[in-house]
Amino acid sequence: MTQVAAEKKSSPLIHFTRLEKELNVNSSPAWLEEVRAGAMARFAAVGFPAQKSEAWRHTNIGAIVRTEWELAGAGEIAGVAALVEKFTFGDDAAVELVFVNGHYHGELSRTGKLPRGTKVGSLAEALAGGDADVVRRHLGKQASIEANPFVALNTGLIADGAFVHLPAGTTIDRPIHLLVISTGGPKPAASHPRVLVVAEERVNATVVESYVGAEGQLYFTNAVTEIVCGAESHIDHCRLQQESTSAYHVSTMQVDLERSATFVSHACTIGGRLTRNDLNCVMNGEHAYATLNGLVMIGGEQHCDNHTLLRHERANCPSHELYKHVLDGKATAVFKGQIFVQRDAQKTDSKQTSKTLLLSDDAYMNSQPALEIYADDVKCTHGSTTGPVDEDMVFYLRTRGVGLEAARHLLTYAFAADVTRRIKVEPVRRRIEDYMAARHGLPQDLRITDVTSHDRAAL
Amino acid sequence: MALLEIKNLHAKVAVAGGREILKGVNLTVNAGEVHALMGRNGCGKSTLFQVIAGRETYEVTEGSITYEGKDLLEMSAEERAREGVFLAFQSPVEIPGVSTDYFLKAAVNEVRKHHGEPELDAMQFLKLFKEKRELLEIDQSFTRRAVNEGFSGGEKKRNEVFQMAVMNPKLGLLDETDSGLDVDALKTVAKGINTLHQQDAHRALMVVTHQERLLKSIVPDFVHVMVDGRIIESGGKELALRVEQRGYAGIEEEVRQGV
Repeated sequence: MTQVAAEKKSSPLIHFTRLEKELNVNSSPAWLEEVRAGAMARFAAVGFPAQKSEAWRHTNIGAIVRTEWELAGAGEIAGVAALVEKFTFGDDAAVELVFVNGHYHGELSRTGKLPRGTKVGSLAEALAGGDADVVRRHLGKQASIEANPFVALNTGLIADGAFVHLPAGTTIDRPIHLLVISTGGPKPAASHPRVLVVAEERVNATVVESYVGAEGQLYFTNAVTEIVCGAESHIDHCRLQQESTSAYHVSTMQVDLERSATFVSHACTIGGRLTRNDLNCVMNGEHAYATLNGLVMIGGEQHCDNHTLLRHERANCPSHELYKHVLDGKATAVFKGQIFVQRDAQKTDSKQTSKTLLLSDDAYMNSQPALEIYADDVKCTHGSTTGPVDEDMVFYLRTRGVGLEAARHLLTYAFAADVTRRIKVEPVRRRIEDYMAARHGLPQDLRITDVTSHDRAAL
Repeated sequence: MALLEIKNLHAKVAVAGGREILKGVNLTVNAGEVHALMGRNGCGKSTLFQVIAGRETYEVTEGSITYEGKDLLEMSAEERAREGVFLAFQSPVEIPGVSTDYFLKAAVNEVRKHHGEPELDAMQFLKLFKEKRELLEIDQSFTRRAVNEGFSGGEKKRNEVFQMAVMNPKLGLLDETDSGLDVDALKTVAKGINTLHQQDAHRALMVVTHQERLLKSIVPDFVHVMVDGRIIESGGKELALRVEQRGYAGIEEEVRQGV
């Protein structure tokens, strides 16, 4: 019996370690081969997270563990062009890089004119070219293969991905859009997209990652993003996950903030059958400022688990976090917001808010703050609310002639708008609004854009 | 035909074993009339208004409400609003993320659609809102903020009357719109209500109030005293004075003795 269990446990590991050998990577530098081998050895040793482990208690990854995932190739691009057309930012983006199953797709990408010294392109090309040193300095240095087996798996299979290097003092007005497309195949396929963003001192830029796929396709995306925010840089980041609702999506984002760096994250989850996002921000310099906003809008049988960690390593760092969930159908969601304040991180000012709107009796939310504070002169607050649409508000709107359904939709919109109105990237906001309008069939009169324009006019 | 005709209305809290609050209310309101409803806290005044407006947390167990000859109880809350019933809440809710201007546009157009009238465009709304804001002496920034969010008690009441002015109802139900107002605010709100009353000779108003003060500004054609879910005494404006002098207990006593 023990042996059977052991075999069961080891089979996916053997499978994935076999995949590593299938990786068709030309001329990898020796150091990267070492990184990969180390990561795969780590994954082989620990395997997938156990259901009973604290961090994975509320998310059942059994289906991921049991499936024999093929490595999704770069070549299977049927339907990809249509997806690009659907999700492109067009001229709203300064650059738009398209990745298919983690591999850079040059023909579908659009590179524009960027400030001198800026590198935005394929990770594989960066490794082969003159940027190998920058990549080596940062790749795998932020996201820990020890902390999360999925990071180990991704790192063990690094072949390509996105590389963004912004030299000191660079300012880019329009967003850099990374459009990451996953495709299903005849057999269940997995991809392990990798993104590395290195912003040097005083950089001002916006990076958007879109994770998308064709509806109905079954695949597994295991993404890892590492972001370095240099001193006094200001990085705006949006992550919009609109995968197929049959797909599995696991992601880890690791952010390093240096002195006086500002990092603003908007993480929106709409798609995915099962989603697990780990977002870890480490404030490694004084006066760094992190803002993490999240919006999850799911229904049906969808499940989404957001784990965030704000690590205050230095003094005088504020952090703000606002996560909102709109759950319909039998959707389930988890929000775990960890705030860690190191002994020397005095004058930390951290505020966490989690709010959930339940649109059905069968939806379920699990929201838990986790504060760990070792400094004595800090201000940390957290609050969490979960409930259905407020019937007093609905009645109030109805007594003004707004119909029952429209009133509920309007209140749902307003609830989500609390997050969306903070998103500065117009195409991201538009896509979320389009999604909500399509899902709820809301009349044009009641769309958020109106609220937003009101707010702007009022300012 | 009466605008509103309430006959033997009984209503209870809509839960199993819910308490009966209205115990046989009879009331007729004709177009253009002003009715004042007085009574102790908990006597059922607010419940009566909520039932007229279509609140589903109350269940009508007996009796009827006829509005313009139609069965009001058959209509949803939004249908009643579109037909011209307006409730100014005693404690208006705060609605984060929704500005007054914004939802009121949608509301006015819903009413217009209901009556087969063309919808108003942005310019027409600006004009309408400006006119009504001036009537209530409120600033534009006020209606651009989220509905009632962070408003003082007085601001909320003023916002209710502003909305009534915009919605232009046939029947306005004002639930303690005068409470929580300072003298100046009361003057403005009363002036607003009076103007609305005078602008349309067919508009009827029902006001719930504890204070005779409001009734000096908005002179009622009829005053009703409500005790324990029933109207026990009706009269002209002099009844408000009697309430002021003798208290509700005194009126009850008089009714009992058949004075």
